[in-house]
Amino acid sequence: MRSRGARDWNAASFSQKLAAFAGLAFLHLPVWVIVLYAFTTEDRTYQFPPPGLTLHWFAVAFAREDIWNALRLSLYVASVATLMALLLGTLAAFALAHSRFRGREAITLLFVLPIALPGIITGIALLSAFKFGGIQPGFWTIITGHATFCIVIVHNNVIARLRRLPQSWVEASMDLGADGLQTFRYVILPQIATALLAGGMLAFALSFDEIIVTLFTAGHEQTLPIWFFNELFRPRERPITNVVAVSVVLITMVPILLAYWLTRPREFESK
Amino acid sequence: MRAIARFLYGRRGFYLALLLLPPLLWLGIVYLGSLFALLMQSFYAIDEFTARIVPKLTLATYRQLVSHPANVDIILRTLGMAVAVTLVAAVVAFPIANYMARHASPRMKAFFYVGVMLPMWTSYLVKVYAWRLMLAKQGILSWFVDQLGLAPVLNAALATPVIGGPSLASSYLGMFIVFVYMWLPFMILPLTAALERVPQSLLQASADLGARPGQTFRNVVLPLALPGFAAGSVFTFSLTLGDYIIPSVVGAPGYFIGMMVYQQQGTVGNLPLAAAFSVVPIILIAIYLSLAKRLGAFHAL
Amino acid sequence: MTPAIELAGVSRLFGAVRALDDVSLAVAPGEFFALLGPSGSGKTTCLRLIAGFDRPTHGNVMLDGEDVTDIPPFERSVNTVFQDYALFPHMNVAENVAYGPKVRGMPGPERRRLALEVLELVRLAALAERSPAQLSGGQKQRVALARALINRPKVLLLDEPLGALDLRLREEMQIELKAIQQQVGITFVYVTHDQGEALSMADRVAVFREGRMEQLDAPRDLYQRPRTPFVARFVGSANVVEGELARRITGVARTFAIRAEAIEVLPAGAPAPDGALSCEGVLEEFHYHGATSRCHVRTDAGPVIAAVRPEGSPAAVTARGSRVRLVWSREDLVPLADT
Repeated sequence: MRSRGARDWNAASFSQKLAAFAGLAFLHLPVWVIVLYAFTTEDRTYQFPPPGLTLHWFAVAFAREDIWNALRLSLYVASVATLMALLLGTLAAFALAHSRFRGREAITLLFVLPIALPGIITGIALLSAFKFGGIQPGFWTIITGHATFCIVIVHNNVIARLRRLPQSWVEASMDLGADGLQTFRYVILPQIATALLAGGMLAFALSFDEIIVTLFTAGHEQTLPIWFFNELFRPRERPITNVVAVSVVLITMVPILLAYWLTRPREFESK
Repeated sequence: MRAIARFLYGRRGFYLALLLLPPLLWLGIVYLGSLFALLMQSFYAIDEFTARIVPKLTLATYRQLVSHPANVDIILRTLGMAVAVTLVAAVVAFPIANYMARHASPRMKAFFYVGVMLPMWTSYLVKVYAWRLMLAKQGILSWFVDQLGLAPVLNAALATPVIGGPSLASSYLGMFIVFVYMWLPFMILPLTAALERVPQSLLQASADLGARPGQTFRNVVLPLALPGFAAGSVFTFSLTLGDYIIPSVVGAPGYFIGMMVYQQQGTVGNLPLAAAFSVVPIILIAIYLSLAKRLGAFHAL
Repeated sequence: MTPAIELAGVSRLFGAVRALDDVSLAVAPGEFFALLGPSGSGKTTCLRLIAGFDRPTHGNVMLDGEDVTDIPPFERSVNTVFQDYALFPHMNVAENVAYGPKVRGMPGPERRRLALEVLELVRLAALAERSPAQLSGGQKQRVALARALINRPKVLLLDEPLGALDLRLREEMQIELKAIQQQVGITFVYVTHDQGEALSMADRVAVFREGRMEQLDAPRDLYQRPRTPFVARFVGSANVVEGELARRITGVARTFAIRAEAIEVLPAGAPAPDGALSCEGVLEEFHYHGATSRCHVRTDAGPVIAAVRPEGSPAAVTARGSRVRLVWSREDLVPLADT
């Protein structure tokens, strides 16, 4: 004789549902708080509830030259790092997707390490290397750090897609008379296009938002996150910081959502 | 063009090498090279008088690391925080993961997935900043607590030695909350994946054999969720261990490993010590990874 | 006449595993040639070597007399119909079929016209604009065929193309494939594990087992005169008699095969025709299959022999468990090489 609870496996109790939704709300709360604070009239922005709402701070922020410079640098760094990553990451993905050779496991580990080890390790390691080589921190040192983990991100995206591509398609293409380059152009590229795009966008967003490694590798340059980090300790300019925060969220959110949408599983990928 | 294709076709090894060389060179030289440089730096020492790095291999810096009680304190403090965060994050993540994996309808599950992904991908700094505001003395949390009449509870918590402080924003308790929040999605996703893999048939068999839901949960579901916990814990553990921004922005004056690394290489200019400090998380994470692997973490990723 | 395909002493090793072990065969131009065997027997490996997707560890592959061992697949006049059809999902049917001419530089309108022509041949011209995802298994198969034929290859390779189709469709396609082959006149090399398919479609069949070719013959010879116990069992399910029972029947302990339909089942003690071979046993099982019935007789020596009798034979009225006598003529006995 079965106990009553055994009947509905899939119905959650009320408390279970409550706990789940409460947890989800907990996850979302802080970001919405910031969005709210970007509109507050009070300039110390601690107070809750906010005394009033205004767009004033947006105007102030848009007039700030240092913000625009930081933004420009961040966009530039992200673009260069992403382009490098697209090239190098894709090359690596093609080499590693279906091959079997000695040392492949080690190389795969190498391609996981930059995101497996905490950013601080990458940061201080790069700094140590720069010190050894007498390299001054600057624009290219920032890009070096960013490109390294961006390569890994693009590689992971592309190799996952490549592995889902049936070998028979490549063979069929060659069988019908297309050499390697033609096969790549007509058969492989259309299939990995979305993965390339998604990987690139993800890399861009992560590079744009990067702070941990950048703090070690930037000299006097300020990327937007570095600007933001410095502002964290200046209470007077808080509302402007909030405006920048909201902007950063928007700028990084869009490519990430797009990347996610592009790489969701589709119907007719393989037969 | 054809000639090149024909040439490459027969020589698979050459083709692979051609593809692999540029990225491998980059990662090898830049990344591995820096890691090696890091290791080297940790074996250097700083001259007490000139405050310059003496390029001679020595264990002096490591000795300094483990002999000064303050340094050992830092390491233990960071380790303790990492463990605490891991455990609590698992507890908080579980109801969400459990609901997503076993009870949510497909539409609800998709909703939850997006709901977990969105904050996960939101800018890290913005989230830290948001918490700083929320935890401040007149911030949202205080207001909330006042509304609920729980002010005395909060004050008691803040009065607790070690984890308490003048306000949430400058106490270990506050830092702890922020850490748990930050890595929560990293614990939710592997747990969900592991729980999804528990076949319905096992649950039905358990009930069929006479177990009540609570017993089934404890004896069947929980053990099978363990690999998911192990996988998620790898993230929470290593991310907490190496973080330096959160302790700087939110929390008590006590130092954490990450902060030491950042500070030592910056204002103090003691790069060897910073390097030595950063080797500690590497070792700890390596140990933890081998433990997690035994628990099946890599199958759950 | 130069063979369309020739494999000379071909072996393919994967580490210590011999996927193909010293195989030599020649396929005549215009022939419908079948590679038959269970999974893992090396028949698909053989096909891939002909196509060029793989290189032999030892030996040579020759097409039309020319050594192509080092030549990549895109330069061989060979086309393949894959087991999973391998249709490109991001192109529609017509574009899939026109792929070969496209990569050879044929201009758009011309290759589209050619594609439609070939689609006519497989009776799918009406579906030219569909995407592969919208096709049924049989339709996909025909598109794959059209795609391979458009290049007018000298040889067409088919890798178990009918495996995923249901029985009725499979039989239809077998007839159609054979018709197309005769119409177009190309050499077909057909890989299958279904002996019925091989026997009905091929001009000659090569039977593979564990990397070696055991026998190469026309279907009728393969069926009537298997050379090894494996071939005897695999093609046509003949009885393989060996050891003690063989000695009792023929006087010599030499393994032989006897087809089930060549055996007469008589009541025990009934006289045997002159010169016939016989043995006695108990009728254990009797399965009625309509036009024929299958009898399993446990011989006195031990092993079971199967006989297939038409409706109306004496076997039909014999009760289970009664003693019977199996009789067959000496010519139907096929001596086998011991493996």
